[in-house]
Amino acid sequence: MADASLSVVGAPLRHDSAHLHVAGQARYIDDEPETPDLLHLAFGTSTHARARIVAMDLDAVRAAPGVVAVYTAADVPGANDVSPVAGDDRLLADGEVVWLGQPLFLVAATSRRAARQAARLGRIDYDAQEPILTVEQARAAQSLIEPTQRMARGDAVAALAAAPHRLSGQLAMGGQDHFYLEGQIALARPLEDGQVHVLSSTQHPSEVQHLVAHMLGRSSADVTVEVRRMGGAFGGKESQAALYAAAAALVVHHTGRPAKFRADRDDDMVQTGKRHDFVVDYEVGFDAEGRIAGLCLRLASRCGATVDLSPAINDRAMFHADNAYFLGDVEIVSERLKTNMVSATAFRGFGGPQGMLAIERVMDAVAGHLGRDPLAVRVANLYGPGRDVTPYGMVVADNIAPDLIARLRSDARYDERQAAVARFNAESAILKKGLALTPVKFGISFTTTHLNQAGALLHVYADGSIQINHGGTEMGQGLYTKVAQVVAQAFGVGLDQVRITATRTDKVPNTSATAASSGADLNGMAALDAAETIRARLADFCARTFGCEIDAVVFAGGEVQAGGERMPWATLCRRAHMARISLSATGFYATPDLHYDRAAHQGQPFYYFAYGAALAEVVIDTLTGEHRVLAADILHDCGRSLNPAIDKGQIEGGFLQGQGWLTSEELVWDAAGRLLTHAPSTYKIPTANDRPDHLHVTLWDGANHRPTIHRSKAVGEPPFMLANAVFSALGAAIAATCPEAGWPMLDAPATPERILAALARQRDGVRA
Amino acid sequence: MSLHFVEFELNGCQIDGMVEARRTLLDFLRCDVGCTGPHAGCEHGVCGACTVLVEGQAVRSCLMLAVQANGKTVETVEGLSGGPKELHPIQQLFREEFALQCGFCTPGFLMTLVALDRSEPRPNAAEMREALSGHLCRCTGYQGVLRVIDRLTEDRK
Repeated sequence: MADASLSVVGAPLRHDSAHLHVAGQARYIDDEPETPDLLHLAFGTSTHARARIVAMDLDAVRAAPGVVAVYTAADVPGANDVSPVAGDDRLLADGEVVWLGQPLFLVAATSRRAARQAARLGRIDYDAQEPILTVEQARAAQSLIEPTQRMARGDAVAALAAAPHRLSGQLAMGGQDHFYLEGQIALARPLEDGQVHVLSSTQHPSEVQHLVAHMLGRSSADVTVEVRRMGGAFGGKESQAALYAAAAALVVHHTGRPAKFRADRDDDMVQTGKRHDFVVDYEVGFDAEGRIAGLCLRLASRCGATVDLSPAINDRAMFHADNAYFLGDVEIVSERLKTNMVSATAFRGFGGPQGMLAIERVMDAVAGHLGRDPLAVRVANLYGPGRDVTPYGMVVADNIAPDLIARLRSDARYDERQAAVARFNAESAILKKGLALTPVKFGISFTTTHLNQAGALLHVYADGSIQINHGGTEMGQGLYTKVAQVVAQAFGVGLDQVRITATRTDKVPNTSATAASSGADLNGMAALDAAETIRARLADFCARTFGCEIDAVVFAGGEVQAGGERMPWATLCRRAHMARISLSATGFYATPDLHYDRAAHQGQPFYYFAYGAALAEVVIDTLTGEHRVLAADILHDCGRSLNPAIDKGQIEGGFLQGQGWLTSEELVWDAAGRLLTHAPSTYKIPTANDRPDHLHVTLWDGANHRPTIHRSKAVGEPPFMLANAVFSALGAAIAATCPEAGWPMLDAPATPERILAALARQRDGVRA
Repeated sequence: MSLHFVEFELNGCQIDGMVEARRTLLDFLRCDVGCTGPHAGCEHGVCGACTVLVEGQAVRSCLMLAVQANGKTVETVEGLSGGPKELHPIQQLFREEFALQCGFCTPGFLMTLVALDRSEPRPNAAEMREALSGHLCRCTGYQGVLRVIDRLTEDRK
């Protein structure tokens, strides 16, 4: 069949839209030509975090210049709901507000400026109540989005009591705004007979379709959602895009005119969810080597005012509280606190980073207590023979972490550089360096089992050109390119033969979000399934026509060989068409071997694990609290990479985004629940100058032990957590000022203020 | 609302229009002219996605009023080349070096790089990197952009 030596798959091919991006011709939703009847939208929003709405006087809004219509909850014909699961996210507030900035009413006007200006003219009477904002307030009120979850094995309390050494501590880590460069946007257009077409910058077209349909009181078949590309998403357009799409569709429904909602950046940052912030309390018992005997972890996150995806996100935090380490007797308790803030949502890693940062802090604290090298403590705790079952009962089948860490340790000269850092610190009074090497083990699959499915639609035209469509969405990660590579390879043709088209709900239905790093795994397999169906038909046609065995038909190099016949691919396609062979097929894939008992938190929620490790070197200024990340060396596992250039881009980008989360990106709310950091002027994501001067990425050479698409591994989220090494290295630099005080109490993000505070505590000898 | 006549040279073509005094150059280009290469990212002058060249200088078109461009020359990413098949050398480098992922920030980076590349004396790699720290990219680790800078400055040696 297809010649494996023809390597489209595995080649470092360019992003399918790169030539358009650099020419300014890649079309985003806001680039669509505007028709004169287009309406622009804006929300009027609440100024209280928790209140009953007594009255809304919108006369001034309606009278404002350019305003065509104003809608409230009463104007929603179907379900007033834009939530992914729980049915608790209102499109427009109905009687009460549960967070500050929540949409109350929707303005449609002839220009964006007119809509935004009018939206400020609403006069709302509130019966304000005391909001629940902090972890302490939520705990005191037992304000939860769902019952506290517990994952446990053995008897952690007894193991702690019996351990030779014990430590307890707390770590707080902040949330994170996605800061996709293209903000939230939707453009809805009326079709005949009440149907609606929505261009939505969404990772989840099917969910937008279903929510819009329910909101309008129509069927899913009446709504088509399309997305060609997003200008970044990172989880922020998994559930959050539905709000804007539904608003645009509502206006189309009432006016019969096209409607566009492009959120202003400040509004976007206020109105959409972010990564969950966490507070972690730990109590750990261990031996003289630092090997953990018992661990009690309490993870508490502020989920905001509604459920959104918080149950699954907090579950993933629990799943990753082991990272690459065996925890024998362990209890992980996870509190999901309901607070009067915008609902926290999916963000690259989906709770995994928070769980992993918790256990990395435990490793560092143990090392600090014992005066041992943190890497030695980490290595002592890795999964290994006889210690290979996770707290949720899944066997770690391909435990490559020990080998991967050993190789990075050697290649990046960990021991030599650790000694050099020690020498530097001995001679430097003001500047202190820190070095850390931390691993990543990340579970791949949606932990909600039914989401692990994908579909594809493949057409081969009579001229030999190929069009592939699948349920995955392109947000810059190169998914379209990877899937096109899979299809090209299946037919033995070049990538230029394959046109990959916009994701649309009328081409592939009932899709899952492009999330959980699953895009290429799921959609690549679905596309391959479709390609193999057509290839089998063509091979059968060749065998019958040219009198050879089906297995002797070879698709390679843009040609087809069948017995003694040899012809260009396009010629075969034409002949097959003339012979009335169907050249169109759907493909489908469902990840096998997944099962999970959520009540018991036991089972096999992941198909496999992706691994990695990073060594980070930092320097801090002990007078100002400022720091620089000097170097990062990364070794990351993509299985057999589908496209090493794209995968390296994901690794480097993920690492820097993780570095931002842990160092400079700080979300601040005031006492009323108002987000104060709602623009890039106050919320700092990394720039080219924050990137370490030395950033070296190597791909681990090894195939996935599972039969994934061409034995590759998912790469979207895992590299984000490589940046945990930066946070540990900062801790090490602070510890170097007063090693006898143990590991410093440094919270994330490690802003200059927090580093200074940690330095002060370290000087005062406060132990972590 | 009184309107003002504005005319300027955009990518070698003379254009004109009637605009409100407060209309930004970005909105004028994108909505009135249909020139959508400059992107609206933050509209605060921080992210850099809307960067265009005015009289050869890189400016944030979200912070400049359309009337301020009157009588000047304006270049956008569309003016760098004849299209995706005839790329400017810096566009070509961007493509070759995987300097983009989602591509939304790309036009801004390109315009600043082009301005730097044309300026005399030509900046070195470190100066270019410093200048590009005024552009936000959320997808990449800036590695591709830095490789572009390396190749640009190597070519000059």
